[in-house]
Amino acid sequence: MTDAALSTAAAATVAGPATGATPTGDPAGPDPLGLPPRRQAAGVAARDRLRRGVLALVALVLLCAVWEGYKAVGSPQGTRLWGAPVLPRTTDAAMPHVWSVLAELGRPELSLRDDRTVGESVLRGMWFSLRVALAGFGVGVGVGVLLAVAMARLRVLERGLLPYVIASQTIPLVALAPLVAGWGGRLHLGGLAWQRWMSVALIAAYLAFFPVAVGMLRGLQAPAAESVELMRSYAASWWQTLIRLRLPASVPYLMPALRLAAASAVIGTVVAEISTGTRGGVGRLIIDYSMSASSDATRLYDAVLGAAAIGLVMAAAVALLEAAVGRRWGRHA
Amino acid sequence: MRRKRTLGGLAAGLAAVLALAACGSDGGSSGSDASTTGTGAKLTPVKLQLQWFTQAQFAGYIAAKEKGFYRDAGLDVKLLEGGTDIVPQTVLAQGQADFAVAWVPKALASREQGAQITDIAQIFQRSGTRQVSFADAGISGPADLKGKKVGNWGFGNEYELFAGMTKAGLDPGKDVTLVQQQFDMNALLSGDIDAAQAMSYNEYAQVLEAKNPKTGELYKPSDFTVVDWNDVGTAMLQDAVWASTDKLQNDRAYQQTATKFLTGSLRGWIYCRDHAQECRDLVVAAGSKLGASHQLWQTNEVNKLVWPSPEGIGMVDKAAWDRTVQIARATKNADGQTVLTKAPEGLAYTNQYVEQALSALKGDGVDVTGSSFKPLTVTLNPGGG
Repeated sequence: MTDAALSTAAAATVAGPATGATPTGDPAGPDPLGLPPRRQAAGVAARDRLRRGVLALVALVLLCAVWEGYKAVGSPQGTRLWGAPVLPRTTDAAMPHVWSVLAELGRPELSLRDDRTVGESVLRGMWFSLRVALAGFGVGVGVGVLLAVAMARLRVLERGLLPYVIASQTIPLVALAPLVAGWGGRLHLGGLAWQRWMSVALIAAYLAFFPVAVGMLRGLQAPAAESVELMRSYAASWWQTLIRLRLPASVPYLMPALRLAAASAVIGTVVAEISTGTRGGVGRLIIDYSMSASSDATRLYDAVLGAAAIGLVMAAAVALLEAAVGRRWGRHA
Repeated sequence: MRRKRTLGGLAAGLAAVLALAACGSDGGSSGSDASTTGTGAKLTPVKLQLQWFTQAQFAGYIAAKEKGFYRDAGLDVKLLEGGTDIVPQTVLAQGQADFAVAWVPKALASREQGAQITDIAQIFQRSGTRQVSFADAGISGPADLKGKKVGNWGFGNEYELFAGMTKAGLDPGKDVTLVQQQFDMNALLSGDIDAAQAMSYNEYAQVLEAKNPKTGELYKPSDFTVVDWNDVGTAMLQDAVWASTDKLQNDRAYQQTATKFLTGSLRGWIYCRDHAQECRDLVVAAGSKLGASHQLWQTNEVNKLVWPSPEGIGMVDKAAWDRTVQIARATKNADGQTVLTKAPEGLAYTNQYVEQALSALKGDGVDVTGSSFKPLTVTLNPGGG
């Protein structure tokens, strides 16, 4: 059996029933004509992207308007229902104006070291955290994919490992973080001493691998029985079936899993930075700024916005990847 | 062969991402392990685990490092910052640091659970924990807390408060409403609680850096009343230098390092007593994000906890130690637990190394008691800036 023949066969199976039931919820559905007119699709996609961008901006403006609106009409003491707070206070300390939060970005961070503004500091923190989150994301995705392939290969592994993969996510981060942080100074990777940022990245990876492992496994098992049997009738090896049939079929499952993993990696990074006190990232800035939040919370909001922005950057990177992969597979993402 | 290329591309992309993250983050880590000196003398590497991020609470160690006192003693000291989930005495007991800064009651609790550690220098002679309330609430002593909403941090930070209330005849479980407090002081300022736990060098400064909405100016000390557990008589010992018990007893090199480390550290604290402003600048340069006036306040307040040290800085005062242990054994918290169930066993503290360090310093003609120490008057700016 030649490679080319296998390719054709696999393409047929992938375009067949396997992709019909993808979890991505593609609004257009499978193209009834089989081959989408590329150029037109590109134009539609561009317009669609523009619309989405505008909508996101409108949502942001609306959010700010709601914030300021509530601040204007809400009770400064907050609203309580039977003693339990249901609506927050509207004082400047609790809910600073949107413009004060933005203005704070331009102020010097410390009066002694007038070389750096709060905005610069947050940007530097974002750059640090983004790289750590990316490292964690990369390791997490790698481990997740390998685990999924191993579990798809051996039923025994799936039975044995999957419960532990799920249980791994119930261990609280606060229990894990000091343990991993403690590796500093003990572990050496071929002359390279274990650094604290690696502990942080590892915790991010620990959160990120889970959706990938579970989603990918589901994807690898997605091809219909007849597709697998077709491959078997060609006497395709397990490895060939994996490359030609199972991996392509898993892509629609992998992409949403990657998006979840990206978000988890950012959360893991920020929380682990706080927990282990790792210097340089946004998580550390959040704790640093919260210590002076009694008098002025605007900085704290700046750092929190920075953390959210990292999440957006990661999500955008995954979306780009998705678009690229989607084009390759002849699907309009 | 399109599919194959795409997968290859994905793998290459991941590899690139990893490489980027790996190379890039190296520069960002707070590495400071330059172990070579101009003289070429071989320095002994030492790691000190702090309780929290770089701030003036650790000014003495930072000054000793930056002013070269550790280097003069033949040590290359690396200061490990703490975090919300870093327990210094555990890091020490696990051998990931050579020495650790920790509060006495918490370290004793870890000892009872098996950590082999010994207090070798009691840097803070006094407790910095206070209970702060608005002056018009009329809380001038622990007895006045009756029927009030009393904030506390929990996690072993509440025992001085509970001992104080018990001493005043209150039942902390019934006579007050206990409220779990956050890091910041917003709960006090917004009236959610009547009395808030605060460290003199940190949270108390935070309320004085906040604007009073009634006057539009910063709050003044006269707006508050402060209960000081040192005056009430239920203060517990706080920041101390802890060392590995096992190595103190069996490792001669470690014993010598301990003496050298204390000599350098005490020199740092003495320097900060006499040069508070400069020490503040060193702390800020070491990467603290707290504002300049806040950090000077903290340096000054920490100095007040260290100085004067009648027996010499770092000496464990037996009376204060016994009181700490007694409160740790007898006082129950909200869950009915005590810090310790029995008296500390083995070598819980020793003055042996600090005595050697002090005699070396006295030989150099250094004032180690600070009997004439005069604190500064620090003006706090809005937000601590």
